[in-house]
Amino acid sequence: MIVLSPEWTAVLYLVAAVCFILALKGLSSPKSARRGNLIGAFGALLAMVVVFLSTELDNMLLILGVIALGTVIAVPASRMVKMTQMPQLVALFNGVGGGAAALVALLELPLVADELGAVIAVAFTVLVGAVSFSGSAITFAKLQELMPTRPIVFPGAPIVISLVALGSLASAVWLVLTADPTAAYVLLALGTALGVLVVLPVGGADVPIVISLLNAFTGLTVAASGLVLGNTLLLVAGTLVGASGTILTRAMASAMGRSVTGTLFGAFRGGSTAG
Amino acid sequence: MDAITLLTFFVLSVFVGFEVVSKVSSTLHTPLMSGANAIHGIILVGAVIVAGQAESIPVLVVALIAVLLATVNLVGGFVVTDRMLEMFGGRTPAAKVREESK
Repeated sequence: MIVLSPEWTAVLYLVAAVCFILALKGLSSPKSARRGNLIGAFGALLAMVVVFLSTELDNMLLILGVIALGTVIAVPASRMVKMTQMPQLVALFNGVGGGAAALVALLELPLVADELGAVIAVAFTVLVGAVSFSGSAITFAKLQELMPTRPIVFPGAPIVISLVALGSLASAVWLVLTADPTAAYVLLALGTALGVLVVLPVGGADVPIVISLLNAFTGLTVAASGLVLGNTLLLVAGTLVGASGTILTRAMASAMGRSVTGTLFGAFRGGSTAG
Repeated sequence: MDAITLLTFFVLSVFVGFEVVSKVSSTLHTPLMSGANAIHGIILVGAVIVAGQAESIPVLVVALIAVLLATVNLVGGFVVTDRMLEMFGGRTPAAKVREESK
Protein backbone atom coordinates (compact mmCIF):
# COMPACT_ATOMS: atom_id res chain seq x y z
CA MET A 1 0.00 0.00 0.00
CA ILE A 2 1.59 3.27 -1.07
CA VAL A 3 0.29 6.12 1.04
CA LEU A 4 3.54 7.92 1.77
CA SER A 5 5.50 9.76 -0.92
CA PRO A 6 9.21 8.89 -1.24
CA GLU A 7 10.02 12.24 0.41
CA TRP A 8 7.86 11.51 3.47
CA THR A 9 9.27 7.99 3.63
CA ALA A 10 12.81 9.36 3.69
CA VAL A 11 11.95 11.96 6.36
CA LEU A 12 10.25 9.39 8.61
CA TYR A 13 13.15 6.93 8.18
CA LEU A 14 15.41 9.79 9.27
CA VAL A 15 13.26 10.30 12.39
CA ALA A 16 13.54 6.55 13.13
CA ALA A 17 17.34 6.69 12.67
CA VAL A 18 17.55 9.65 15.09
CA CYS A 19 15.48 7.60 17.59
CA PHE A 20 18.08 4.82 17.36
CA ILE A 21 20.94 7.29 17.98
CA LEU A 22 19.09 8.73 21.00
CA ALA A 23 18.42 5.16 22.21
CA LEU A 24 22.12 4.26 22.20
CA LYS A 25 22.99 7.60 23.78
CA GLY A 26 20.32 7.09 26.48
CA LEU A 27 21.47 3.52 27.19
CA SER A 28 24.97 4.80 27.99
CA SER A 29 23.84 6.51 31.21
CA PRO A 30 21.93 4.94 34.15
CA LYS A 31 19.51 7.87 34.46
CA SER A 32 18.30 7.83 30.88
CA ALA A 33 18.75 4.13 30.04
CA ARG A 34 15.14 3.02 30.31
CA ARG A 35 13.82 6.04 28.41
CA GLY A 36 16.51 5.45 25.78
CA ASN A 37 15.28 1.90 25.23
CA LEU A 38 11.69 3.13 24.84
CA ILE A 39 12.80 5.74 22.28
CA GLY A 40 14.49 2.95 20.35
CA ALA A 41 11.33 0.83 20.43
CA PHE A 42 9.32 3.83 19.21
CA GLY A 43 11.77 4.31 16.32
CA ALA A 44 11.38 0.64 15.37
CA LEU A 45 7.58 0.86 15.48
CA LEU A 46 7.64 4.02 13.34
CA ALA A 47 9.91 2.31 10.80
CA MET A 48 7.54 -0.68 10.59
CA VAL A 49 4.52 1.56 10.00
CA VAL A 50 6.47 3.44 7.32
CA VAL A 51 7.51 0.29 5.44
CA PHE A 52 3.89 -0.89 5.27
CA LEU A 53 2.67 2.54 4.07
CA SER A 54 5.42 3.19 1.54
CA THR A 55 5.94 -0.13 -0.29
CA GLU A 56 3.74 -2.13 -2.65
CA LEU A 57 3.48 -5.40 -0.74
CA ASP A 58 1.73 -8.65 -1.63
CA ASN A 59 0.91 -11.32 0.96
CA MET A 60 0.14 -8.54 3.45
CA LEU A 61 -2.05 -10.71 5.74
CA LEU A 62 0.52 -13.52 5.81
CA ILE A 63 3.29 -11.07 6.72
CA LEU A 64 1.24 -9.45 9.48
CA GLY A 65 0.29 -12.92 10.76
CA VAL A 66 3.93 -14.01 10.95
CA ILE A 67 4.88 -10.74 12.73
CA ALA A 68 2.08 -11.41 15.24
CA LEU A 69 3.38 -14.97 15.69
CA GLY A 70 6.92 -13.70 16.28
CA THR A 71 5.62 -11.21 18.85
CA VAL A 72 3.65 -13.94 20.62
CA ILE A 73 6.84 -16.03 20.83
CA ALA A 74 9.20 -13.19 21.82
CA VAL A 75 7.24 -11.28 24.48
CA PRO A 76 6.56 -14.16 26.92
CA ALA A 77 10.11 -15.51 26.37
CA SER A 78 11.56 -12.11 27.33
CA ARG A 79 9.07 -11.53 30.15
CA MET A 80 9.47 -14.89 31.87
CA VAL A 81 13.19 -15.53 31.49
CA LYS A 82 15.16 -15.54 34.74
CA MET A 83 17.57 -12.66 35.35
CA THR A 84 20.51 -15.05 35.20
CA GLN A 85 19.40 -16.38 31.81
CA MET A 86 19.12 -13.00 30.10
CA PRO A 87 22.58 -13.06 28.46
CA GLN A 88 21.80 -16.28 26.59
CA LEU A 89 18.43 -14.89 25.50
CA VAL A 90 20.22 -11.84 24.07
CA ALA A 91 22.61 -14.24 22.30
CA LEU A 92 19.64 -16.11 20.85
CA PHE A 93 17.96 -12.89 19.65
CA ASN A 94 21.26 -11.78 18.12
CA GLY A 95 21.63 -15.07 16.30
CA VAL A 96 18.15 -15.00 14.77
CA GLY A 97 18.77 -11.40 13.65
CA GLY A 98 21.96 -12.48 11.86
CA GLY A 99 20.09 -15.40 10.32
CA ALA A 100 17.31 -13.10 9.11
CA ALA A 101 19.86 -10.77 7.48
CA ALA A 102 21.56 -13.69 5.71
CA LEU A 103 18.20 -14.96 4.37
CA VAL A 104 17.17 -11.48 3.15
CA ALA A 105 20.49 -11.13 1.29
CA LEU A 106 20.16 -14.64 -0.19
CA LEU A 107 16.68 -13.82 -1.55
CA GLU A 108 17.78 -10.45 -2.97
CA LEU A 109 20.72 -11.98 -4.85
CA PRO A 110 18.84 -12.83 -8.10
CA LEU A 111 17.43 -9.29 -8.23
CA VAL A 112 20.79 -7.51 -7.90
CA ALA A 113 22.98 -10.03 -9.76
CA ASP A 114 24.23 -7.43 -12.28
CA GLU A 115 25.34 -4.84 -9.71
CA LEU A 116 28.84 -5.63 -8.44
CA GLY A 117 28.59 -3.49 -5.29
CA ALA A 118 25.33 -5.13 -4.26
CA VAL A 119 26.68 -8.65 -4.87
CA ILE A 120 29.70 -7.86 -2.66
CA ALA A 121 27.27 -6.70 0.06
CA VAL A 122 25.26 -9.94 -0.40
CA ALA A 123 28.42 -12.06 -0.02
CA PHE A 124 29.37 -10.15 3.15
CA THR A 125 25.88 -10.47 4.64
CA VAL A 126 25.51 -14.20 3.91
CA LEU A 127 28.95 -15.03 5.35
CA VAL A 128 28.87 -12.80 8.44
CA GLY A 129 25.16 -13.42 9.09
CA ALA A 130 25.76 -17.19 9.04
CA VAL A 131 28.77 -16.84 11.40
CA SER A 132 26.68 -14.70 13.74
CA PHE A 133 23.78 -17.17 13.65
CA SER A 134 25.73 -20.33 14.43
CA GLY A 135 28.22 -18.57 16.73
CA SER A 136 25.34 -17.17 18.79
CA ALA A 137 23.71 -20.60 18.90
CA ILE A 138 26.92 -22.03 20.43
CA THR A 139 27.19 -19.17 22.97
CA PHE A 140 23.56 -19.85 23.88
CA ALA A 141 24.28 -23.56 24.36
CA LYS A 142 27.34 -22.79 26.49
CA LEU A 143 25.53 -20.33 28.77
CA GLN A 144 22.45 -22.55 29.03
CA GLU A 145 24.84 -25.41 29.92
CA LEU A 146 23.53 -27.54 27.10
CA MET A 147 27.21 -28.15 26.38
CA PRO A 148 30.42 -27.79 28.44
CA THR A 149 31.33 -24.16 29.12
CA ARG A 150 35.06 -24.90 29.13
CA PRO A 151 37.00 -24.18 25.92
CA ILE A 152 36.57 -27.05 23.48
CA VAL A 153 39.72 -27.65 21.48
CA PHE A 154 40.17 -30.74 19.36
CA PRO A 155 43.45 -31.85 17.75
CA GLY A 156 44.12 -29.90 14.57
CA ALA A 157 41.44 -27.32 15.36
CA PRO A 158 43.52 -24.32 14.18
CA ILE A 159 44.11 -26.06 10.83
CA VAL A 160 40.42 -26.94 10.40
CA ILE A 161 39.39 -23.36 11.27
CA SER A 162 41.94 -21.94 8.82
CA LEU A 163 40.74 -24.26 6.04
CA VAL A 164 37.06 -23.40 6.62
CA ALA A 165 37.92 -19.67 6.77
CA LEU A 166 39.87 -19.93 3.50
CA GLY A 167 37.03 -21.92 1.92
CA SER A 168 34.56 -19.23 3.03
CA LEU A 169 36.69 -16.50 1.48
CA ALA A 170 37.08 -18.51 -1.72
CA SER A 171 33.32 -19.06 -2.04
CA ALA A 172 32.73 -15.35 -1.27
CA VAL A 173 35.02 -14.49 -4.20
CA TRP A 174 33.24 -17.12 -6.33
CA LEU A 175 29.90 -15.49 -5.43
CA VAL A 176 31.12 -11.97 -6.20
CA LEU A 177 32.57 -13.00 -9.57
CA THR A 178 29.61 -15.08 -10.81
CA ALA A 179 26.58 -14.04 -8.69
CA ASP A 180 25.78 -17.79 -8.78
CA PRO A 181 23.16 -18.78 -6.14
CA THR A 182 25.03 -22.10 -5.63
CA ALA A 183 28.02 -20.11 -4.38
CA ALA A 184 25.72 -18.33 -1.92
CA TYR A 185 24.48 -21.67 -0.52
CA VAL A 186 28.05 -22.96 -0.17
CA LEU A 187 29.00 -19.69 1.54
CA LEU A 188 26.03 -20.02 3.89
CA ALA A 189 27.06 -23.56 4.86
CA LEU A 190 30.76 -22.70 5.34
CA GLY A 191 29.88 -19.54 7.30
CA THR A 192 27.67 -21.60 9.62
CA ALA A 193 30.52 -24.08 10.19
CA LEU A 194 32.97 -21.22 10.78
CA GLY A 195 30.75 -19.65 13.45
CA VAL A 196 30.65 -22.96 15.36
CA LEU A 197 34.41 -23.55 15.06
CA VAL A 198 35.37 -20.03 16.17
CA VAL A 199 33.14 -20.01 19.27
CA LEU A 200 33.83 -23.60 20.50
CA PRO A 201 37.29 -22.72 21.94
CA VAL A 202 35.94 -19.75 23.90
CA GLY A 203 35.81 -20.20 27.68
CA GLY A 204 32.59 -19.60 29.63
CA ALA A 205 33.73 -16.37 31.29
CA ASP A 206 34.61 -14.84 27.93
CA VAL A 207 31.29 -15.70 26.29
CA PRO A 208 29.64 -12.28 26.97
CA ILE A 209 32.48 -10.55 25.08
CA VAL A 210 31.92 -12.87 22.13
CA ILE A 211 28.15 -12.21 22.20
CA SER A 212 28.92 -8.49 22.02
CA LEU A 213 31.31 -9.07 19.11
CA LEU A 214 28.73 -11.16 17.22
CA ASN A 215 26.20 -8.42 17.97
CA ALA A 216 28.44 -5.89 16.21
CA PHE A 217 28.79 -8.37 13.31
CA THR A 218 25.01 -8.66 12.96
CA GLY A 219 24.80 -4.85 12.93
CA LEU A 220 27.19 -4.77 9.98
CA THR A 221 25.20 -7.43 8.11
CA VAL A 222 22.06 -5.31 8.56
CA ALA A 223 23.99 -2.32 7.19
CA ALA A 224 25.07 -4.39 4.18
CA SER A 225 21.45 -5.53 3.64
CA GLY A 226 20.57 -1.82 3.60
CA LEU A 227 23.07 -1.37 0.74
CA VAL A 228 21.56 -4.33 -1.14
CA LEU A 229 17.97 -3.08 -0.73
CA GLY A 230 18.92 0.61 -1.15
CA ASN A 231 17.31 1.28 2.24
CA THR A 232 19.02 4.08 4.17
CA LEU A 233 17.42 3.22 7.53
CA LEU A 234 18.87 -0.30 7.51
CA LEU A 235 22.23 1.12 6.44
CA VAL A 236 22.32 3.74 9.21
CA ALA A 237 20.86 1.55 12.00
CA GLY A 238 23.10 -1.40 11.13
CA THR A 239 26.21 0.78 10.97
CA LEU A 240 25.36 2.39 14.32
CA VAL A 241 25.13 -1.03 15.94
CA GLY A 242 28.27 -2.24 14.20
CA ALA A 243 30.31 0.77 15.34
CA SER A 244 28.93 1.08 18.88
CA GLY A 245 29.09 -2.71 19.27
CA THR A 246 32.79 -2.68 18.38
CA ILE A 247 33.51 0.01 21.01
CA LEU A 248 31.38 -1.87 23.54
CA THR A 249 33.18 -5.16 22.85
CA ARG A 250 36.54 -3.50 23.49
CA ALA A 251 35.19 -1.83 26.66
CA MET A 252 33.82 -5.15 27.96
CA ALA A 253 37.07 -6.96 27.21
CA SER A 254 39.20 -4.31 28.91
CA ALA A 255 36.86 -4.22 31.94
CA MET A 256 37.62 -7.94 32.33
CA GLY A 257 41.33 -7.45 31.66
CA ARG A 258 41.16 -9.38 28.39
CA SER A 259 41.93 -8.60 24.78
CA VAL A 260 39.39 -9.43 22.09
CA THR A 261 41.82 -11.63 20.14
CA GLY A 262 42.89 -13.35 23.38
CA THR A 263 39.22 -14.10 24.02
CA LEU A 264 38.74 -15.72 20.63
CA PHE A 265 42.01 -17.54 20.13
CA GLY A 266 43.42 -17.73 23.67
CA ALA A 267 42.55 -21.43 24.03
CA PHE A 268 45.11 -22.28 21.34
CA ARG A 269 47.83 -20.53 23.31
CA GLY A 270 46.67 -21.75 26.71
CA GLY A 271 45.50 -18.28 27.73
CA SER A 272 41.72 -18.72 27.83
CA THR A 273 39.67 -18.60 30.99
CA ALA A 274 38.71 -22.07 32.09
CA GLY A 275 35.15 -20.82 32.51
CA MET B 1 20.53 6.13 -4.45
CA ASP B 2 24.07 6.59 -5.73
CA ALA B 3 27.07 4.86 -4.21
CA ILE B 4 28.72 8.07 -2.92
CA THR B 5 25.61 9.08 -0.93
CA LEU B 6 25.42 5.61 0.63
CA LEU B 7 29.14 5.73 1.45
CA THR B 8 28.60 9.14 3.11
CA PHE B 9 25.76 7.72 5.22
CA PHE B 10 27.96 4.77 6.18
CA VAL B 11 31.04 6.76 7.21
CA LEU B 12 29.07 9.35 9.18
CA SER B 13 27.11 6.59 10.96
CA VAL B 14 30.36 4.86 11.97
CA PHE B 15 31.51 8.05 13.71
CA VAL B 16 28.15 8.61 15.39
CA GLY B 17 28.14 4.98 16.56
CA PHE B 18 31.64 5.34 18.05
CA GLU B 19 30.75 8.63 19.69
CA VAL B 20 27.40 7.83 21.35
CA VAL B 21 28.71 4.93 23.44
CA SER B 22 32.18 6.27 24.18
CA LYS B 23 31.35 7.11 27.81
CA VAL B 24 29.27 4.08 28.81
CA SER B 25 29.64 2.99 32.46
CA SER B 26 30.63 -0.65 32.93
CA THR B 27 27.41 -1.46 34.84
CA LEU B 28 25.46 -0.69 31.65
CA HIS B 29 27.49 -2.92 29.32
CA THR B 30 24.92 -5.72 29.20
CA PRO B 31 21.79 -3.53 28.77
CA LEU B 32 23.57 -1.49 26.08
CA MET B 33 24.54 -4.67 24.25
CA SER B 34 20.95 -5.85 24.52
CA GLY B 35 19.58 -2.50 23.30
CA ALA B 36 21.95 -2.45 20.32
CA ASN B 37 20.89 -6.05 19.65
CA ALA B 38 17.25 -4.93 19.54
CA ILE B 39 18.07 -2.12 17.10
CA HIS B 40 19.57 -4.47 14.52
CA GLY B 41 16.26 -6.35 14.62
CA ILE B 42 15.18 -3.56 12.26
CA ILE B 43 16.27 -5.99 9.52
CA LEU B 44 12.54 -6.80 9.83
CA VAL B 45 12.00 -3.87 7.43
CA GLY B 46 14.13 -5.71 4.86
CA ALA B 47 12.46 -9.06 5.54
CA VAL B 48 8.98 -7.51 5.07
CA ILE B 49 10.02 -5.89 1.76
CA VAL B 50 11.43 -9.20 0.46
CA ALA B 51 8.34 -11.15 1.61
CA GLY B 52 6.01 -8.57 0.06
CA GLN B 53 7.73 -8.83 -3.30
CA ALA B 54 8.15 -12.62 -3.38
CA GLU B 55 7.09 -14.11 -6.70
CA SER B 56 7.32 -17.81 -5.92
CA ILE B 57 6.26 -20.00 -3.02
CA PRO B 58 9.79 -21.09 -1.95
CA VAL B 59 10.96 -17.44 -1.89
CA LEU B 60 7.87 -16.47 0.11
CA VAL B 61 8.43 -19.28 2.63
CA VAL B 62 12.10 -18.35 3.20
CA ALA B 63 11.17 -14.65 3.40
CA LEU B 64 8.48 -15.38 6.00
CA ILE B 65 11.04 -17.33 8.05
CA ALA B 66 13.23 -14.21 7.90
CA VAL B 67 10.22 -12.10 9.02
CA LEU B 68 9.68 -14.43 11.97
CA LEU B 69 13.34 -14.43 13.05
CA ALA B 70 13.62 -10.64 12.68
CA THR B 71 10.40 -10.05 14.67
CA VAL B 72 11.73 -12.20 17.51
CA ASN B 73 14.99 -10.20 17.46
CA LEU B 74 13.27 -6.79 17.34
CA VAL B 75 10.38 -7.29 19.77
CA GLY B 76 12.18 -9.62 22.16
CA GLY B 77 15.25 -7.37 22.15
CA PHE B 78 13.41 -4.28 23.34
CA VAL B 79 11.32 -6.19 25.91
CA VAL B 80 14.30 -7.98 27.47
CA THR B 81 16.32 -4.73 27.60
CA ASP B 82 13.43 -3.02 29.38
CA ARG B 83 13.31 -5.86 31.90
CA MET B 84 17.04 -5.63 32.58
CA LEU B 85 16.72 -1.88 33.18
CA GLU B 86 13.63 -2.37 35.32
CA MET B 87 15.68 -4.50 37.71
CA PHE B 88 18.55 -2.07 37.38
CA GLY B 89 16.34 0.84 38.43
CA GLY B 90 14.74 -1.18 41.20
CA ARG B 91 18.06 -2.20 42.67
CA THR B 92 19.57 1.27 42.97
CA PRO B 93 17.14 2.65 45.63
CA ALA B 94 17.44 -0.61 47.59
CA ALA B 95 21.23 -0.30 47.54
CA LYS B 96 20.93 3.30 48.75
CA VAL B 97 18.70 2.22 51.65
CA ARG B 98 21.27 -0.42 52.62
CA GLU B 99 24.07 2.14 52.56
CA GLU B 100 22.08 4.61 54.64
CA SER B 101 21.16 2.03 57.29
CA LYS B 102 24.83 1.19 57.85
